[in-house]
Amino acid sequence: MSAAWLLFLPIALPFAGAVLAFIAGRAGDRRAPQWVNVGTTALMTLVSLLLLSAVWRDGPQAIQMGGWAAPFGITLVADILGAVMVVITALSGLAVAVYAMADIDEGRAKLGWHALYLVLLAGVTGAFLTGDLFNLYVWFEVMLIASFCLLVLGGDKAQLDGGLRYVALNLVATVMFLMAIGLLYGLTGTLNMADLHVTLKTVDAPGLVTTIAVLFLGAFGIKSAVFPLFFWLPASYHVPPVAVSAIFAALLTKVGVYALIRLFTLVFTADVDYTHGILLVIAGATMVTGVLGAAAQNQVRKILSFHIISQIGYMVMGLALYTPLALLGAVFYLVHHIIVKANLFLVGGVAKRITGSFELDRIGGLYKAKPWLAVLFLIPALSLAGIPPLSGFWAKLVLIEASLEVEAWVIAGVALVVGLLTVFSMSKIWLEAFWKPHPDGDAAVGAVALTRGETVALVAPIVLLASITVIIGLAPQPFLDLAARSAQELLAPEAYVRVVLGGLP
Amino acid sequence: MDVVLALLAGVLAAASVWLMLDRSLVRFLFGLALLGNAANLVIFASGRLTEGAPALIAKGAAAPEGDVSNALPQALILTAIVISFGLFAFALSLVHRAHKDLGTTDSETLTIAEGSDRT
Repeated sequence: MSAAWLLFLPIALPFAGAVLAFIAGRAGDRRAPQWVNVGTTALMTLVSLLLLSAVWRDGPQAIQMGGWAAPFGITLVADILGAVMVVITALSGLAVAVYAMADIDEGRAKLGWHALYLVLLAGVTGAFLTGDLFNLYVWFEVMLIASFCLLVLGGDKAQLDGGLRYVALNLVATVMFLMAIGLLYGLTGTLNMADLHVTLKTVDAPGLVTTIAVLFLGAFGIKSAVFPLFFWLPASYHVPPVAVSAIFAALLTKVGVYALIRLFTLVFTADVDYTHGILLVIAGATMVTGVLGAAAQNQVRKILSFHIISQIGYMVMGLALYTPLALLGAVFYLVHHIIVKANLFLVGGVAKRITGSFELDRIGGLYKAKPWLAVLFLIPALSLAGIPPLSGFWAKLVLIEASLEVEAWVIAGVALVVGLLTVFSMSKIWLEAFWKPHPDGDAAVGAVALTRGETVALVAPIVLLASITVIIGLAPQPFLDLAARSAQELLAPEAYVRVVLGGLP
Repeated sequence: MDVVLALLAGVLAAASVWLMLDRSLVRFLFGLALLGNAANLVIFASGRLTEGAPALIAKGAAAPEGDVSNALPQALILTAIVISFGLFAFALSLVHRAHKDLGTTDSETLTIAEGSDRT
């Protein structure tokens, strides 16, 4: 397949799937949209792996939509980072789509849940593949409107309340993003990111450039839930169905982090000491507040939500240190985190199905009743905390090594302590949900029996994601190589710029 | 003219912040609408305010004659208006639904999600 198709299909497939899922749902068959959903995400996974192999073999790939040469048209472009993010989006999308077969009730499915889910994936994929800032804004909106609907679909009262918070804060971030785009266009006359890389060097207005950079930092900071802009996340991620929580946790904040990495390596590198200095402070504060927030919570999904925030800190730290090793760590961390975090939410969902609640003081006895679930929880939980030999260990190791390399002792210390506190949080879930007996007696565990089909749909994605975590942990070298190539490209984006601006393919 | 636009965008942004700090969600939404318009004005001004003809090329010619105004920011604004209209409509219906189901649009008294899923 040519590069043009490989760049186009990961965006087109989910849109086509969404239309198909909606029509299939209207036709009245309950199962059809689910299978459309699983089939589409499986195809996406396949195509995105082909894209990654093409990028690995031939370097960055780009196509100009409608044949308008860059920087006038919209460019779709994939370097290693973009391709890796698309692969991981498709993979976690597939896992959650399978899980949703048993998690999403008929009412929500009828209202078009599966179609909206695919639109969300299309928005995320588009954001990873676009080479144009205004187009990035449009993909953010596609993603946002789908996520709004998924969050409030079904209309529980808690969902409405959580949804309002989420919608309000994200809309503000969007307008900030738009304003920053306007100012940047006024300054340079272009919005193509590769062209901005070239043009901004010729602009002699360092103060204005830094102001715009910080405006972008604010907009993407809200999206990626960094300190002190994270408060919408724990207020909303625990209200929707588990499948929605899991895909939000896996992807949405990471799109913000991706946008930060892209802009602050490709476009805003004029005043690295200042902008990346701010980022480093933010990273440390994000890690600490996230993990302390989690320690104060007593509900599985709220604990996990705060851990998203804390982990975002590690990725921003990799970007802020701005060395090859640190960026390698940030990319590796992104991949590891998406898999682990989606998995933890899925395990939490299964635990709720078996014990009846997310509240830690109302559940228990899971280890005795379902030892296999205990193992499936421990793999992502220990990986999140950074216990060897799981994927999180390598991710943290690389980042801490990178910070020691540039003698950033404080951030290295913060990263280590936060890792320790993460163990505390995970052991809290372990002790309360798995180890202690259920407060209502052993009989309360598994009171609601799952059918065989439901069990397979709920557990298969967890096993898939857990085995990826173990594989990355035991054989990290290929993944580290991939991240290293990506870091190289991010720090020296000449190949990226050339392929975008080089005219028509 | 640029100064007027800049001041207008500033006033709109300031008014929107004032509205968004209110506890009433309806006023928050109006603030958001104003902020969106402030952003649109910023994009409009950043395309430079020139007294030019529409960016159309006469039949048979290869380039437009004389000064033309920059059409790109206008296209950007058009897109932004459409998108923000959709999002505003969604947010408005969400607030309406909250008013119907939860009986309030005061953000201080909206605390259902703060509790838990004990229900």
